[in-house]
Amino acid sequence: MSSAPVQSAEQDSVEMSYAEAIRDALDIALGEDERVVLMGEDIGVYGGAFQVTGDLVNKYGEDRVMDTPISELGGAGVAVGAAATGLRPIFEFQFSDFAMLAMEQICNQAAKMRYMLGGEVSVPVVMRFPAGSGTGAAAQHSQSLEAWFGHVPGLKVVQPATPYDAKGLILAALDDPDPVMIFEHKILYKQKGLVPKGRYTVPLHKAEIRRAGADITIVASSIMVHRSLEAAELLFDKGVSAEVIDLKSIRPIDKQTIIESVVKTNKLICVYEGVKTLGIGAEISALVAESAAFDYLDAPILRLGAADCPVPYNPELEKASVPQVENIYQQALALCRREL
Amino acid sequence: MMSKATDSRTNVPFAINAYTKEQLKEALRKMYLIRKFEEGAEDCYMRGLIHGTMHLSIGQEASAVGSCMALEESDQITSTHRGHAHCVAKGAEVSRMFAEFFGKETGYCKGRGGSMHIADVAKGNLGANGIVAGGIPIAVGAALTAKRLNTGKVVICFFGDGANNEGAFHESLNMAAVWKLPVVFVCENNQYGMSTSIERSTAVSQIATRAIAYDIPGFTVDGNDLSSVAEAVSEASSRAKSGKGPSLIECMTYRWRGHSKSDRNRYRTKEEIEDWKKKDPILRFGEVLKDHKVITDEEMKQLETDVDKEIVAAIEFAQSSPSPSLDEVTRDVYTEIDQ
Repeated sequence: MSSAPVQSAEQDSVEMSYAEAIRDALDIALGEDERVVLMGEDIGVYGGAFQVTGDLVNKYGEDRVMDTPISELGGAGVAVGAAATGLRPIFEFQFSDFAMLAMEQICNQAAKMRYMLGGEVSVPVVMRFPAGSGTGAAAQHSQSLEAWFGHVPGLKVVQPATPYDAKGLILAALDDPDPVMIFEHKILYKQKGLVPKGRYTVPLHKAEIRRAGADITIVASSIMVHRSLEAAELLFDKGVSAEVIDLKSIRPIDKQTIIESVVKTNKLICVYEGVKTLGIGAEISALVAESAAFDYLDAPILRLGAADCPVPYNPELEKASVPQVENIYQQALALCRREL
Repeated sequence: MMSKATDSRTNVPFAINAYTKEQLKEALRKMYLIRKFEEGAEDCYMRGLIHGTMHLSIGQEASAVGSCMALEESDQITSTHRGHAHCVAKGAEVSRMFAEFFGKETGYCKGRGGSMHIADVAKGNLGANGIVAGGIPIAVGAALTAKRLNTGKVVICFFGDGANNEGAFHESLNMAAVWKLPVVFVCENNQYGMSTSIERSTAVSQIATRAIAYDIPGFTVDGNDLSSVAEAVSEASSRAKSGKGPSLIECMTYRWRGHSKSDRNRYRTKEEIEDWKKKDPILRFGEVLKDHKVITDEEMKQLETDVDKEIVAAIEFAQSSPSPSLDEVTRDVYTEIDQ
């Protein structure tokens, strides 16, 4: 059994990078709906810090692809107010770390407005967060903060792992009436994959089994999906059949897919790039422990997350601070052999 | 920076010339309604009928009513934690406001928001806000919508003096100015951010001078004089609607009550409070209307009697309204049922 493709080929698909797939989605959205505006720092003529928006400003103009001042709090708030009153803004944080400056508008305003106002308003804002480590940009440009946002009722939080999902989740987010936070991985921007032409959506609430297996369930998100698939290949060589679930969404979490998998494999490892403590893995562990799958567990549940420290600069330290293929492989193997 | 006042040549306040008798009487009625609404809410709170907390704007009614008088019904506002007056001024029904304070399903927020999140989206009030300066970027966003979709709307963004030291205030004024958005920033300067006076918190003596930093017009007006407020805001609103961008209006005013229900008034003197009570915006506007033969004493009495009855009926409506069902505690977190 070879490593399963991370996405399924479809008719009329073209190969493009994760960044190009996002741009394709933005292009479709801008072309379809006059209410869609892109907002963010240096997303216009510069093309975005990661060249995601590229040349879209040439096609749609500065009124639709708006460079904001370096004002994350105010800029995010303008997007929230615009969304609540009839536009469909897609707001790009240059780095997800900078969203900390805008937590007030995201968590106090966007997330709560509908509830506080008794359902009289909805806030269909989409926010994009380039996240993750591996670029040598150190502690303030490398974080994985998705779990912070996942803790806030009123937000939806997704983490595409492939170009296919990146495009489909953005278009689904735009169709959704509530605030959707999209955590994109910077290392994945250049990764290529087959992407259907034109419009399609990927459900905001569904996980996907990327590789079926019988001996252990690995629940991963974002770049950890790819590392887990590599680890699964190594495990296969050792006679261990790992099932890899791509979480895709951390709010809401697709509980059913996880529980059914654990009932089948009897073992669970959660792999995520955010800090291990109080993170996504804690939630997944708890939901499995609270479910019917508890009685099927044959081993302790393991969490593999980032070390309890800021992301370090030194490349070896940086690598050591977040789960790598080798860590996933070793831990999964040890868990299956009861050698922990 | 200019201060606006009565037209010195004719000595006729702006409002008398700009509005019909009916509009002027309605403005007086609304100020009185706000006063009685807040006194009623305070009374219900003291009697234990309303829980939580509330921030009363008694003494500040002219800035809310004068500002909203300059608006069309389709125009929008964002409000503050001290937002009851804005809500009434923009056209809300006091019965549904009381119902909200009583936590009832018939309230504007169906009992989920309370005083601090009171809103009336249908009438263009996008909501009070529990976060100081939280509504300012949202107002700018609403103004962006107005400009992009060519709706012709203007947005009034209310905030207090305390908000002028928040980053969101500065970021928002800058963006609104850069993009020439149809928004009017109305600072209700009641001179204290909770207990901290503007002298102790703010580097400039006039908040309107902050406008210089964003190259937009800034005016300080007597916030207890309805006509001065209406004049400044209508001028700013016309300017905004003609595509020339935002303005900053500072309304000098004073809250008679404490910041919230926990306030012991240790940071100001009784004399100061009493001095400001002499500048009661409702009495002042009533006198102006009488002087210009817009209203008679008898009509004024009738107006007060009608409002008093409206308040009693509104409280009765609130008390007799149904409470939210407990199994709907997570309703409206998301637009669709959470999957």
